[in-house]
Amino acid sequence: MKVRIKFKKYGVMRFIGHLDIMRFFQKAIRRSGIDICYSSGFSPHQIMSFAAPLGVGYCSEGEYFDIEINSHSGTKDFVNKLNQSMVPGIEIVSAKLLPDGAKNAMASVAAAKYRITYKNPSEYAVDFSDWIMPYLSQDTIMITKQTKKSERTIDIKPNIYELSFEDGILNMMVDASSSGNIKPITVFESLCKFAKVSCEPLQIQITRVDTYLNAGSPESPVFKPLEEAGDDF
Amino acid sequence: MTNEKLALSDEILLSIDKPARYIGNEINSVIKDKEKIAVRFAMCFPDVYEIGMSHLGLQILYDMFNRYDDIWCERVFSPWIDLDKIMREQNIPLFALESQEPIKNFDFLGITLQYEMCYTNILQILDLSGIPLLSKDRTQEDPIVIGGGPCTYNPEPIADFFDLFYIGEGEVQYRNLMDLYKQCKEEDVSRDVFLQRAAKIPGMYVPSLYNVTYHEDGTIDKFYPKMEGIPSVIVKQLVDDLTLAPYPQKPIVPFIKVTQDRVVMEIQRGCIRGCRFCQAGQIYRPVRERDVDTLKEYAVTLLNNTGHEEISLSSLSSSDYSKLEELINYLIEECSKRYINISLPSLRIDNFSLSVFEKVQDVKKSSLTFAPEAGSQRLRNVINKGLTQEDILHGSHLAFESGWTRVKLYFMLGLPTETEEDIIGIAQLCDKIAAEFFETVPKEERKNGPVQIVASTSFFIPKPFTPFQWAKMNTKEEFIEKAYLTKNSIMQQLNQKRIKYNWHEADVSILEGVFARGDRKVSEVILKAYQKGCIYDAWSEFFKNDVWLKTFEECNVSIPFYISRERSLDEVFPWDFIDCGVSKEFLKNEWRKAIQEEVTPNCKEHCNGCGVAKFRTGICINRK
Repeated sequence: MKVRIKFKKYGVMRFIGHLDIMRFFQKAIRRSGIDICYSSGFSPHQIMSFAAPLGVGYCSEGEYFDIEINSHSGTKDFVNKLNQSMVPGIEIVSAKLLPDGAKNAMASVAAAKYRITYKNPSEYAVDFSDWIMPYLSQDTIMITKQTKKSERTIDIKPNIYELSFEDGILNMMVDASSSGNIKPITVFESLCKFAKVSCEPLQIQITRVDTYLNAGSPESPVFKPLEEAGDDF
Repeated sequence: MTNEKLALSDEILLSIDKPARYIGNEINSVIKDKEKIAVRFAMCFPDVYEIGMSHLGLQILYDMFNRYDDIWCERVFSPWIDLDKIMREQNIPLFALESQEPIKNFDFLGITLQYEMCYTNILQILDLSGIPLLSKDRTQEDPIVIGGGPCTYNPEPIADFFDLFYIGEGEVQYRNLMDLYKQCKEEDVSRDVFLQRAAKIPGMYVPSLYNVTYHEDGTIDKFYPKMEGIPSVIVKQLVDDLTLAPYPQKPIVPFIKVTQDRVVMEIQRGCIRGCRFCQAGQIYRPVRERDVDTLKEYAVTLLNNTGHEEISLSSLSSSDYSKLEELINYLIEECSKRYINISLPSLRIDNFSLSVFEKVQDVKKSSLTFAPEAGSQRLRNVINKGLTQEDILHGSHLAFESGWTRVKLYFMLGLPTETEEDIIGIAQLCDKIAAEFFETVPKEERKNGPVQIVASTSFFIPKPFTPFQWAKMNTKEEFIEKAYLTKNSIMQQLNQKRIKYNWHEADVSILEGVFARGDRKVSEVILKAYQKGCIYDAWSEFFKNDVWLKTFEECNVSIPFYISRERSLDEVFPWDFIDCGVSKEFLKNEWRKAIQEEVTPNCKEHCNGCGVAKFRTGICINRK
């Protein structure tokens, strides 16, 4: 049986990187006594797959991973057990049983929604209200992508699904699939450049609001939170 | 929301390596209401987080203190170089991980001293905390700075930096010290009065209450208390019954991968062997075992409470634990159910251990480890290392039959009485092991590849409270010459292509030698070297040998005086005021026997009257 787990990450836990979060959950699952499946072979490991890595410093209200289990005693008990093994700053939101043949968390990821706020609004806040429309009305939104070997210019406009600014909060939904993943900071930087304001990456807090799968087609996508792929059990 | 009150800003945490080192919040870390606490204790391991968090002693004492309702024990480690720089530039005070509050506000700063090369990091901790580096400059406002751990068996080179030292095992006297502290706080007495009273608790050494006078040649004339009622000898404190001693059932589980990323069970303390170079083998005497049924219970509880995927046993010589087979068989059964790995260090290679290794390790990937320490039987007799060439060849033979191909060997260069022949013996022993492989495993059965032997040498450093405390240590030039001789003689062996050789840095060994047997005159050098930027000396990338050498010169402190002198039998040593149980007479006798190449049987075979029997515990009263 495959179970998809949704969790929040906030507070001091935002300084724990992705690999360490994976290690944290491996140990947490052992502490919780959840009947997880192990791979075969000389050094068996837990069958576990994470959806999308989250950068150090980011908060999230919608992180996911899938595990395989042998047995359970219901959603509520499962979530409770796991929550008892958490630390402040990590919280289990839901656990859903996936139907047979469901795509794994990582392969399912199509989009992600983010919220960007200023940590000290009185000092740094920028009002983007008048810039969103003209920014999105451009024919292309070109950015320079730096790789280890080279740099290339790409158009990210097709990868930005939503962008809005309300009450001092910048909201966006962007492509998070393996082929077209866009970092929220990339959009933020490009918007700052467009609005001719200095980008202060250390002054903002980025929160991933949720991670989405595409229930429609590539041409006309229907985005749904990853947890909606399964049901309570 | 979580406790957002971090000592470091987001800006700093996002600009340094591994911010998880500084935020606390780990599973099983302890948060208390500071308003309900009488004593706040900061427990420090003066090295980076990943090293400090791997230390079992720290977990034991953290747990012990936090079992008391009136004490809150928190942790502090050396900030890594990147953060160290930022903290100095921005005047950020060093803080404890749990409360994120400055160390300066604590009642105690306890520093564990596990190796000599951490000494400048002690000063880093004090400096960043805003605590005066010298004990004499501290006031009522400063925490009491207390040291513990193996290096306190000669605390003199760092005596000026500490208000007191605790000589012995932490489990025994801390409660009494805390009670005294609370009482002194109530009575509102001065720091000096507290220290004078503390000096009367067994095991407590307050350096400022003692005078040292020297002979013209620099050796000690007299060491004595400055006032009436202060003991002239400090007796090591030790746990009587290890099974009854507190053991952490919920050790802290770090977020980042640390060196010891597993459950560690201390199965016994002390060692029966009496290798003459080994300090731990003397100062932790007598050997005391933990009850096997208790350990079985601990294993399950610890795995449940940590979620670790590996368990390991800790002791100086696990093969000597009387119920080892029973314990390991239990662990194998219990761990295979739970998909837990077992890691087994320091086991003697024999049929039993090999059968265990086959069950718990991947033979193709793991290697066999021997620590003969010396290349010839003659020299092994000198150091009383009861491992013979036959043992090694027979063990290797059995292992090769079972499919092992990798062998690791550890040796020391510069041992007392060492000759060229002993060094060539290292190469010859490696060659014989390779030959054993080719004889044991026919060509067509070498499916795991040919044998690979890795020989490593470290340089011998005489340590206090060992029979070799009188010995002369080699100079850097001698060490390097010996390393070359080892290398060249390996190159001359028939199977030299199967042997790889590594050797340890010589410069840092020289310094360690000075600190190990140094006296109070060395303090000034450590202080000045720190002020010139020396920290993290245990890390070769930060070790500044030229700065150290220059500082010794400037302070007019002679390195050869501490390392190159063979000490006379009647010399007063800086650490002679400590009674670790093993008598100086016994050590002298062992030193004589070493020179005569005479071995001493282990504690199980025969009591040799070392002196620790006066503690009336462990193997001394219960020889099995």
